[in-house]
Amino acid sequence: MKLITAIIKPFKLDEVKEALKAAGVTGMTVSEVRGFGRQGGHSETYRGAEYKIDFVPKVRFEIVVDDNVVDSVIASIKAAASTGKIGDGKIWVTSVDRIVRIRTGEEGSDAV
Amino acid sequence: MEPASLTWVLVSAALVLFMTPGLAFFYGGMDRGRNVLNMLMMNFYCVLIIPVVWMVLGYSLSQGGSGNWIGNFDWFFLKDIGVLEDNGGQLATIAFLGMFAAITPALISGAVADRMKFSAWAIFVPVWSLLVYVPVFKWVYGGWLGDRGSLDFAGGTAIHVNAGIAALAAVLVLGKRKGWPQEGHPPHSMPLVMIGTGILWFGWFGFNAGSSLAASGQAAQAFMNTVLAAAAAGLVWVITEWLRDGKPTNLGAASGIVAGLVAITPAAGYVSGGAPLAIGGIAGLVCCYAVKLKSKAGYDDALDVVGVHLVGGLVGSLLIGFFANPEFFDGSFGEGLFYGGGAGLLGEQALANLAAIVWSFIITFGIMLVLKKTIGVRVSPQDEADGLDYSQHAESAYH
Repeated sequence: MKLITAIIKPFKLDEVKEALKAAGVTGMTVSEVRGFGRQGGHSETYRGAEYKIDFVPKVRFEIVVDDNVVDSVIASIKAAASTGKIGDGKIWVTSVDRIVRIRTGEEGSDAV
Repeated sequence: MEPASLTWVLVSAALVLFMTPGLAFFYGGMDRGRNVLNMLMMNFYCVLIIPVVWMVLGYSLSQGGSGNWIGNFDWFFLKDIGVLEDNGGQLATIAFLGMFAAITPALISGAVADRMKFSAWAIFVPVWSLLVYVPVFKWVYGGWLGDRGSLDFAGGTAIHVNAGIAALAAVLVLGKRKGWPQEGHPPHSMPLVMIGTGILWFGWFGFNAGSSLAASGQAAQAFMNTVLAAAAAGLVWVITEWLRDGKPTNLGAASGIVAGLVAITPAAGYVSGGAPLAIGGIAGLVCCYAVKLKSKAGYDDALDVVGVHLVGGLVGSLLIGFFANPEFFDGSFGEGLFYGGGAGLLGEQALANLAAIVWSFIITFGIMLVLKKTIGVRVSPQDEADGLDYSQHAESAYH
């Protein structure tokens, strides 16, 4: 099992969610986060003073999936979240040692 | 103007001024969090530009002279209006009416929310005020519609129907928000909506009871009608959605209150007794269903300016044809059907609203079309996606 974490532009939230559902993903966790990468931050202006806002709003998806669908899920996220401009975000994959469904106690693939 | 009345008109002017920030919060809370500052700015802009327009030209063109269609330039820059004659009564009235002029285009902001370029809005507001608001105001107050006997106590036709139909014309040119109607666009802050509603209701006492332009019994009745119609409409809206959708909601209460206030506006100084409850109640029910029209008809009136202001204004204005009671006020206006008048008044009400609707729709559509062909009315898809707060104003509401 793998944990796929994706950081995307906030306005792509719905498109990525729909793409994941279409790819057969049945559950996901989403958080509103802030950060910066190569895009850097942006500037806001208050009473003529410019403020550099380093951390810009992003959305983070966390999805646990079976190994055999990792590539297709990544492809779905990539297609849905892409604008071709700097700041589109990143996807990374980490191994998951154990997963438990709290209600039933199921483990492993059954709990995904 | 005698001192008590002067005081009341001045206080009412301040109350009506306060309605525009109230409207800003009412709309701003319903917006998404990335567009709320743009909404506040669209509204505050109206209280910046319109008092200037009103002082320079608007008042003179809407009230000067005795023409049927348009005023004149006699009071250009408020020329020859002194404070020694009539105890400053005319100046107080100009201030009061200027606040009405300011909130009317602000009403339209709710329809064009989330996607209109601020630069286009900045031009639209003063141009619309002079080409649409000013003539319709003149027709209703001192022009051919008023002379024929139609009634509009505080601006049901001149303000709410006028702005409501303009909102429809504007969104037809502007187009739909990205993702509408497949994605819902839920309010980002219901507490802001409720604060805005409270401010609007408070300010509306100046709007309606102030429109007597006198500290009079009619003002007291208009005040009472303003409480009762809003309460009745809020109750009916909430009960309707409770039965229909399963839960009583804050947004239903807020929408009902505003619908009731809109509906009682034209009638406030002409009806009494149970009439405000009937007018408010009917408006609450009708508007609760009217806000669903946009999804069926496919026009993206983002925050329901058509469903609440056009429809609510029409409901109140037409019901005057039934409930107007000149005997109660010792007034020289027409009697409604329920008080022995024929259908004549109802016909005049229908004609007045029809005239306002035709003019406002055509001219607003034209203004928007010219703006679209020249500077453009719509932000880029990227700016719309990033939010108008940042793309139009380089600010963000929440850090």
